[in-house]
Formats: sequence, structure tokens, C-alpha cells
Amino acid sequence: MSESARKEHEMNKLSLFLGCVIPNRYPGIEKSTKLCLEKLDIDCVDLEGASCCPAPGILRSFDKTTWLALSSRNITLTEDLGRDMLTICNGCYGSLADANNELKADEDLKESVNSHLAAVDREFKGTQDIRHITEFLYQEIEPENIRELVTNPLEIRVAVHYGCHLLKPSKGRAGMNVERPSFFDELVEATGAVSVDYPDKMECCGAGGGVRSALSDEALALTEHKLSMIEAAGVDCIVNACPFCHMQLDVGQTDLNERDGTEHSIPVLHYTQLLGLAFGYTVEELGIDLNSTLNKAFFEMIEDLP
Amino acid sequence: MSATNGSTFLSRLDKTGTDILKCMHCGVCTGSCPSGRHTSLNVRNLLRKARKGESVLSDETLWTCTTCYNCQERCPRGIDIVDAIFEIRAIAVHEGIILKEHRTVGKLLVEHGHAVPINAENKAKREALGMDALPPTVHSFPDALSEVKKLLANCKFDELMSNE
Repeated sequence: MSESARKEHEMNKLSLFLGCVIPNRYPGIEKSTKLCLEKLDIDCVDLEGASCCPAPGILRSFDKTTWLALSSRNITLTEDLGRDMLTICNGCYGSLADANNELKADEDLKESVNSHLAAVDREFKGTQDIRHITEFLYQEIEPENIRELVTNPLEIRVAVHYGCHLLKPSKGRAGMNVERPSFFDELVEATGAVSVDYPDKMECCGAGGGVRSALSDEALALTEHKLSMIEAAGVDCIVNACPFCHMQLDVGQTDLNERDGTEHSIPVLHYTQLLGLAFGYTVEELGIDLNSTLNKAFFEMIEDLP
Repeated sequence: MSATNGSTFLSRLDKTGTDILKCMHCGVCTGSCPSGRHTSLNVRNLLRKARKGESVLSDETLWTCTTCYNCQERCPRGIDIVDAIFEIRAIAVHEGIILKEHRTVGKLLVEHGHAVPINAENKAKREALGMDALPPTVHSFPDALSEVKKLLANCKFDELMSNE
């Protein structure tokens, strides 16, 4: 890693926000994240005592005051540490970054939220930033520096799935291209993989907004379409930046197979799991074998890579 | 639920109530909607219905929006469409119009501080990976969970999710 890049990221001390789905459904992603952060020499501690972000589509739909109060409590935890918060889920990023931005920009709203936080002796100050691991790695570490650290280049074809809340709503966000972004593809290609273009690449997985939890057939209709586009493109795996998309694309395949007798079997990896493979960790160490959709041929291909 | 006309209903929305009135019915929102490709959701019609009044609250397609924000990003009139959907949904929930699965998710949050709490299967997965059975979240810190519960009660979220 270049001297300037190292200096830059030494300035960014982080706390790791886990959310719900990663620690409680896909712990392999939590472990992979920690292994990657260690390999990249990024100073990041657990954000102890954090709760649900809370989920941007569903809980924000019920009551905005609650959504802001709970997200701002999580933000005060990282303010106490004097660290920016690192999220590894699009939903957590969406909730926490948007709440942080809204509260920083609106004094009246901040006062109102602080009147609730006072009940638990907390105060939102607006001193820290919320980051998502993909945009953080892209902007602070940079893909070429990641490429230098790769020990096991992955000669595989990847369908990149950005997901929605990583980029949208764009107001108040980092200014990434919403319609045709490339930063995540560049991060994926830093591992030696090829990011394969496919129709409707930027389309939703189907899970968000409470659709997966209450209207699973409607959610699966979107998932099935997305999978059909990915399958036609001929890839070895899907790589995402969000455990809720991960779950929808992974469990969605077994749900569709059970319902329709189909044989969907595309491996689904979070970016930190792909990066972990490129750093030489095994499928088992990264928990990639704990998915619902298991593809033996993929595991063998990874093992056979030089 | 009292009968109200459209303008009264829109006045119950925050700033998106006036926003919706800027719609010129171009249909970019509906054409951009990934849910609408596969479900009966028609975003333009949904907001048109909101202009007419509160019958939108029980429209089943209100809950088929995945909040992907394509419509909001692309709206040529700059209407915060998804924010409007959030506000309409919140009014519905406060009137007791909520899907039972969504109430369950809300109750999980109230009880555990996580909308998706840990279970036995995933404790075992964590241990197999060499991790603690419980993550370092509210799951491991009872004081933090008490704080979250107190905050949710302060916002009356526990009452909102109760079966009343």
C-alpha cells in the first residue's frame, strides 16, 4: 500500500456496526469482514450494545420518530468512541447515513430527537460520519492498493449486485453515480475476478420495504427475474454488499426451487467473502458454505485456483 | 376512521402532501418501478389516489413498494415519492392498518432490539466459525437492551405495535 493511502486511512478510525441479518443469520459475513479489515490494517472496533439500525423500509414506514430515535441512539454510541461508523449492510447504511444527514442539517429535528434521547441520557451531536464498507474501501483504500494485497487472484466471473440503499436516495449521500456506478465493479475486479454486465443489473432484489417479510410471493417475483438475467449472463457467483439482498438472492433460490421444482444454484457472496477468498482464506473460514444455496462445483473451482 | 376529502388527507402528510400536487402524470415513476413490473403496484395511480383521499390507506399495493427509490431519483418534478409512501404508510399504521407479519417484525424489535434476532441455528453457526454464540450487540449487553426498550416506550412504539 502506498504511503499516502496508508496515511489517509490512519485518519479514519472506525466502529463496526453489525445490524441484525449479518450477526444473526449470516455470521460468516461478520467473520469475513473482520478478517479483511485486519488484513487491510484498518483500525476498527466492535460497536458494543448497538441495536437494529432500524430497518429503513419497514420500520421507517411505521413511525419516523421511532426510526430517527433508534438510529440516532446507535450513532451516539459511535460518537462516544470518537470514531466514524462502518456499516456492511445497505439497509443499515441507508438508515444510519440518512438519519445522520437529516439530523445534521435540521436543528429542529435534532432538538426533537434529543428530547427522546434524553430519556436514556443520550444526546445526538452530529460529530461523526457513517460509511459503507464498499464506498469506504473505494475512496479511502482504493482498488489498486487492494489488488496489491491479493495473494490468490480469483479468475472467476461475477455478477455484481449493488442493491438499492447503497446508492439511493442520493440526496445527502457521497455523490456516487446512481444509474451506472462502477466503484463496486472496480472493487470486485481488484480481486482478479471479472465483473460481467447483465440486463437489469441495478434492479432491486425484491426484499426491501417490508415486501419480503409480508408479501413473499411478490418479493420472489422480482428475485426470479433478477436471477434469470444473471443466469443468462453465465457467471460463477453473485457478489453483493448487503445481507438482506444476500438473503433474498440466496434463500430465494431454495424457495423458488421448492415451489417450482427449478434448479437455481448460483453461489451468493458478500463482498467481504469474495475479498477473503482473494486473501487466501478458505470457503469454510469465510462461512460461504453456510448459505442456503450450496454449489459444490463452485467450492471445487475455488479450491483448484492456483 | 373519519371521512375526509383529498385536500384534508394530504394535509395530514408532512411536506410531501404539497409535493404530490406537483405531479404531471408523466408515468416515469411507474415505468421505473421494479415491483410494478411483477406486481399490481402502479406508483402514479397510488399517489393519485392519495390526492383523492384516505382510501389509499387500505390499498394493498401500498406495501408492495420495495423502497428502491428509482421513482424518486427519476421524477422530473423532483417529488420525493418514496418519502410520500413512507408518510402514507405511517398514517395507515397509526390507524391500525398493518399487515400481521409487519406487526410481528415490530414486536421482535420491541422485545429483542433486533428486527431479526438470533436463534439456536445461528448460535451454532457462530460457534462453528469460532465466534461467540451471541454478537456484541444488544444481544450481549442487557443494559443496552433496557435502554433501547426505554427509548421505544418513550416513542410509544411498543403501544403502536400492540394488538389493540
